[in-house]
Amino acid sequence: MDALQQLFIGFGMNCLLFVLTLVMALPLGLIITFGTMTKIKPLKWVMKTFVWIIRGTPLMLQLFIVLYAPGILWHHPVSNRMGAALVAFVINYAAYFSEIFRGGIESIPKGQYEAGQVLGLTKTQVFFKIVLFQVIKRITPPMGNEVITLVKDTALARVISVAEILQNAYRYASKGIIWPLFASGLYFLAFTGVLSILLSFVEKKLDYYKG
Amino acid sequence: MAILEVKDMYKSFGKTEVLKGVGFTMERGEVISILGSSGSGKTTLLRCINFLERADKGRVIVDGNVIFDGSDTAKKSPSEIRKAQLNFGMVFQQFNLFPQYNVLENVVLAPKLLAKERPDFKKHKKEILAEIEEDARDVIDKVGLTEKLMNYPCELSGGQQQRVSIARALALNPKILFFDEPTSALDPELTGEILRVIRSLADKKITMVIVTHEIGFARNVSDRIIFMDKGVVAEEGSPEEVIDNPKNERTREFLKLIEQK
Ligand SMILES: Nc1ncnc2c1ncn2[C@@H]1O[C@H](COP(=O)(O)OP(=O)(O)OP(=O)(O)O)[C@@H](O)[C@H]1O
Ligand SMILES: [Mg+2]
Repeated sequence: MDALQQLFIGFGMNCLLFVLTLVMALPLGLIITFGTMTKIKPLKWVMKTFVWIIRGTPLMLQLFIVLYAPGILWHHPVSNRMGAALVAFVINYAAYFSEIFRGGIESIPKGQYEAGQVLGLTKTQVFFKIVLFQVIKRITPPMGNEVITLVKDTALARVISVAEILQNAYRYASKGIIWPLFASGLYFLAFTGVLSILLSFVEKKLDYYKG
Repeated sequence: MAILEVKDMYKSFGKTEVLKGVGFTMERGEVISILGSSGSGKTTLLRCINFLERADKGRVIVDGNVIFDGSDTAKKSPSEIRKAQLNFGMVFQQFNLFPQYNVLENVVLAPKLLAKERPDFKKHKKEILAEIEEDARDVIDKVGLTEKLMNYPCELSGGQQQRVSIARALALNPKILFFDEPTSALDPELTGEILRVIRSLADKKITMVIVTHEIGFARNVSDRIIFMDKGVVAEEGSPEEVIDNPKNERTREFLKLIEQK
């Protein structure tokens, strides 16, 4: 019984990490997208390099760096491990999201912008009234994949000792009790299952037109 | 007074000089067709007039007001450009309808957004929006698509889509309507319906500039023909003059080529 409770509390951590990461990484990702698409060359290259570094290194490494770098480099040890995990996750996922956003925005034909422009719409109106919705429709499938990956990635927080579900399950396994490991698998399955249903519902909703 | 004067337009893309001093003048209610071989700069000319490209040199004057002057060093503000663009309507070769909106929504989108800028919008919101929708239904009726009001672009044929895009441009009451090869993306059997719509607009004295490869149609609908070659106006005149009795060597070659097809 105690084990079940531990798993439940642990999974609460995973869910918290998931939700907070999503809420913060989505807007941050959009900002990074505009950074990588800006006409201001230096800013553009800084942002592109940033995205390249974040996507080109393991999330696990980023977790370690966020946890240990402040202490070692600036003598400000990080005591809040959950906070450190959140920072690493938000940065990592914002970088991935930004590339998906960029792909979506760049896939909209130039003619859509021009049609809006000759109809007297402002740049902002063109983006919000014409382009954005089409982008959302196009990026829903790849975003769905990322979001499901995020659910599972939250288990990585264990490497910096965040008391998430696998951390707790592993403590039992090390004592020779195996079932909590399988039980935690069920938690993930249930969560990703619900998400998949939700996502396919959204995709269906957006499928009222082609293109 | 001329409704549109285009003077001495120059435009290069990098080292390619595309427009080399093009100009023409048109009167209210006139229909001008622009002919010319591929790459002669027809599209670029339209795009420079309606601010989709910035010409390097030249002037555009609408109803006596200079809306573009290439020698102006001061950059126009986006809102000034927007205002100037509203003099013109544009029908693209590729329609460029907004796929997420149905026919009616495609047509009312811009008028409704523009109405928000009217000082009396807040006070008479309901009436204004109702009026816009009424007008939209009218123009959609003019292009013969009343039955498709609630359909999405992906549910329409190419010809129907192009008719929606004509209605969308008309809904803003532009002073001059531009067409850039409105039938080129269509199957041959669908070009007729577009040409009929343009014909009906000509009969209503809508001022139009039509870039087209449909010589027969151009002869039939236009008051004047402009033949462009390598970035300049090579020949200009009535359809009888330019199409039936071309004086310019390049015009003759071009017409011969088209005839062979
Ligand atoms: N954005 C651009 N960048 C570089 N070159 C361009 C651009 N737009 C047009 N051009 C070049 O300008 C020339 C004229 O193009 P334009 O589209 O105006 O010709 P056109 O008369 O409309 O031809 P068509 O009958 O094929 O539509 C072409 O050589 C084209 O490659
Ligand atoms: Mg062209």
